Amino acid sequence: MKQGKVYGSFAEATADIFDGATLVVGGFGLCGIPEKSITALQEKGVKDLTVVSNNCGVDDFGLGLLLQTRQIKKMISSYVGENKTFEQQYLSGEIEVDLVPQGTLAERIRAGGAGIPGFYTPTGVGTPIAEGKEQKEFDGKTYLLEEGIVGDFAIVKAWKADRLGNLVFRKTSRNFNPIVATAGKVTIVEVEELVEVGELDPNEIHTPAVYVQRIVVGTDYEKRIERRTVREA
Amino acid sequence: MKTTREIIIERALQEIEDGMYVNLGIGIPTLIANAIPDDMHVMLQSENGLLGIGPYPLDHEVDADEINAGKETVTAQSGASYFDSAESFAMIRGGHIDLAILGGMEVDQNGDLANWMIPGKMVKGMGGAMDLVNGAKRVVIIMEHVNKHGESKVKQACTLPLTGRAVVNRLITDRAVFDFTPDGMVLIETLNGHTVEDVKQVTEARFTVSPELERVTVGE
Repeated sequence: MKQGKVYGSFAEATADIFDGATLVVGGFGLCGIPEKSITALQEKGVKDLTVVSNNCGVDDFGLGLLLQTRQIKKMISSYVGENKTFEQQYLSGEIEVDLVPQGTLAERIRAGGAGIPGFYTPTGVGTPIAEGKEQKEFDGKTYLLEEGIVGDFAIVKAWKADRLGNLVFRKTSRNFNPIVATAGKVTIVEVEELVEVGELDPNEIHTPAVYVQRIVVGTDYEKRIERRTVREA
Repeated sequence: MKTTREIIIERALQEIEDGMYVNLGIGIPTLIANAIPDDMHVMLQSENGLLGIGPYPLDHEVDADEINAGKETVTAQSGASYFDSAESFAMIRGGHIDLAILGGMEVDQNGDLANWMIPGKMVKGMGGAMDLVNGAKRVVIIMEHVNKHGESKVKQACTLPLTGRAVVNRLITDRAVFDFTPDGMVLIETLNGHTVEDVKQVTEARFTVSPELERVTVGE
């Protein structure tokens, strides 16, 4: 049951995600990924997806789950290591990959969400990334034209939301999530905690509610750690 | 005897000054963080959205929501801040980071760097490296001088796909330190008992020897 922007289930919140859709997905490595929405997409079986996300999970968690079931046609990412399924599908030509420098990827998502269709960046000049791209000089230095990204759906993981969709992120799980939230025709947010309107301090809201169309509350977050590093007491 | 890694880390540490904002790349550069003396105040930036990386957490402090760019669990030091990825690269690309120390596969005499892919083998991606080399105020590359076949990684021209063109300010290997200047590549130090002659023999790149180094060498 849907109440305002708040959906009762992940199946309901992702019901209209169609075959061939472009999804912009938050997270860095396995940190701050919308793990419950990804599972819902796997269960739904939607295919031929183009996924814009900094990474592609690991073999058996995160976006790696959608690789295993061959639901992803194309990845737009900055770093896709740590994933053997990905490696196999890439080498066999089953999956298309567009590698984008991380800062360029972040700015393309930010720009897309901010109504900026393109921008010039120094990143990638003189490298394979520059091939086929317009170049322009400003003050004697060369820059590349890069294009903004808007997805059919943006999928975000936040820590807390209020019922209007104001969002707060926790520590480094913020990463790509706030910009991803701006870059979907429809933005779906999964949260650990849903609070009433007025409970979040307006001074501390990271993403204003205007960007968010759907909210779902997740439970039993796994939050898998890729590299557990500790110091001795 | 010191390992090549220890020699490189020890020398790279000298690049870091009190009060700097520094980004350390994944791998060996990350290890430099542990060698920074406690009385030196440095803010380490992690491109996933943390300025002010603290030490690794104690076992009970481990938090899946607090990692560095190498996906390791970390802590935040006093005075740290969190931010999103666009903000992180505004900091980097906008020239607000004083120093980036990154690993390399090849560096050439023009200051070109290759460190993100080997054609025909797996391509993992460039992550934030291309932005860092174009945006940080100063770029220092650390790498072993020769590969496992004994061939020079310090080239006349990089053979691997580039990360950036003319972006390296200083190269530190286990045998030498080079600067990239408007007048070309200059050998400024030799390390670990190597002579200028030794370095010339294992370096494919063409370089000059700094006058100060010549003096030291002759004086010995």
